[in-house]
Amino acid sequence: MDPSAVRYAETHEWVAVDGDVATVGISDFAVRELNDVTYLELPAVGQQVKAGDSVGVIESVKAASDIYTPVSGEIVEVNQPVSENFDALADDPFGAGWLFRVRMSNPEEVDRLMDRAAYDEHCRRQQQ
Amino acid sequence: MNDPDSANAALLHTPLHDWHVHQGARLVDFAGWHMPLQYTSIIAEHHAVRTAAGLFDVGHMGRLEIAGPDAAAFLDRLVTRRCGDMATGRIRYALLTNDRGGTIDDVLVYRLPDRFLVVCNAANRPRVLRWLDAHREQVSATLTDRTEATFMLALQGPRALEIARDVLGSAVAALRYYHGRSVVWDGQSVLVSRTGYTGEDGIEAIVDADAALALWSALWEAGRNRGLMPAGLGARDTLRLEAGMPLYGHELTEKIDPLTAGLEFAVDLDKDFVGRDALRTIAERGPQRTRVGLSLDSRRIARQGCAVFPADGNERIGEVTSGTFSPTLQRSIAMAYVPRSFAETGTRLRVDIRGRYETATVCPLPFYRRPRSSNG
Repeated sequence: MDPSAVRYAETHEWVAVDGDVATVGISDFAVRELNDVTYLELPAVGQQVKAGDSVGVIESVKAASDIYTPVSGEIVEVNQPVSENFDALADDPFGAGWLFRVRMSNPEEVDRLMDRAAYDEHCRRQQQ
Repeated sequence: MNDPDSANAALLHTPLHDWHVHQGARLVDFAGWHMPLQYTSIIAEHHAVRTAAGLFDVGHMGRLEIAGPDAAAFLDRLVTRRCGDMATGRIRYALLTNDRGGTIDDVLVYRLPDRFLVVCNAANRPRVLRWLDAHREQVSATLTDRTEATFMLALQGPRALEIARDVLGSAVAALRYYHGRSVVWDGQSVLVSRTGYTGEDGIEAIVDADAALALWSALWEAGRNRGLMPAGLGARDTLRLEAGMPLYGHELTEKIDPLTAGLEFAVDLDKDFVGRDALRTIAERGPQRTRVGLSLDSRRIARQGCAVFPADGNERIGEVTSGTFSPTLQRSIAMAYVPRSFAETGTRLRVDIRGRYETATVCPLPFYRRPRSSNG
């Protein structure tokens, strides 16, 4: 996935759309901020979710944080390998490090997400 | 020293600050100092210290000198164990307590030929200075804050002593545990001690601020081909936690006395000091709570403030003071205060981590003990 071609939530998830299915992951910025991930909890396949719901947990030595789904729908797939080996989160956050896929019930929600330029600005503000 | 235009202008810098920046370290505000949290990854730096060696900037630690005819008596009036009569070169861990027995700070006291050196926590330096100063009436003792005129580093790990010996000479490797001595290096006096806060063998060294970068660089050059890594505050915390060592602000506060914290070894109730009477009372009836180690069944981390419950009850019985994912043991560990009736090894408890209960077992401290062979 090209980091500049996906959309971003303020809570640092990225979303890539293919038809009515959205793939969701954690941004490179968020992974770098967390560093040394020690625990990852993903949603269950079949779970109905609403945009903004907490659907998982990511923890590192430094901090714990919820994972939110930026889009509503049904969880259709989760990336089981990454929940057992966290290296992909840091090595390839936009590829092998994806977390879950949602069959969207309201694809327009994606339009409300940020593009890369807006997201970069959002991260800059958070770091200050 | 600091750039007034920078966002961190108010923060203190150690003499190694530019080196850390140049290495690409992630720097954070720690107790008013701009300090490296990590250079690469906390876990990688942690493993380096357990398997080879790590080099830590601990320049933020307070370094206070006490001298004068009454120095020994003055100090003994305030610390929880006898330090005034230590032989030159001896170092002792002790606590400063208030008159209720609460902990003002935990410190290392060094007996130097002509004075005492008290190494205190960075965050407590102003308070310790005030506390010492307030008790200095009527005594002939001087108190000098040498923190910003000097620098302190820690070199820790199974290969720390061989690296230190190559740079500082064989006298360093001959130092006994909790002893220190001055050695001359490159025309500079370096106070080297066999002390640390990681559970590994190693040294700490104090030099004038001018010589800090040269000494650090010499140790770095001597060690970098032997697995030495610079290590930040993140690894320092995970290492001390595995080693079961208390950290002020977590396991120790003005509301927690040293006996409750399980630090009896550092408290001499036969010696008179501020807080002694209160601690005697606590010792007689036995502390209500005690510090325990917890091993969690989940990989989730129980952090400071997480509430602790019995395995089968909904009444909150205690609180986590520190927790992490142990890189050495590959499991989630924590320290907590609980009533003594829940403190026995093997007791099953539950911890509320962000709204969800995780089960845990009380286990002995420390979580990690270094192999005997590297004991020196």
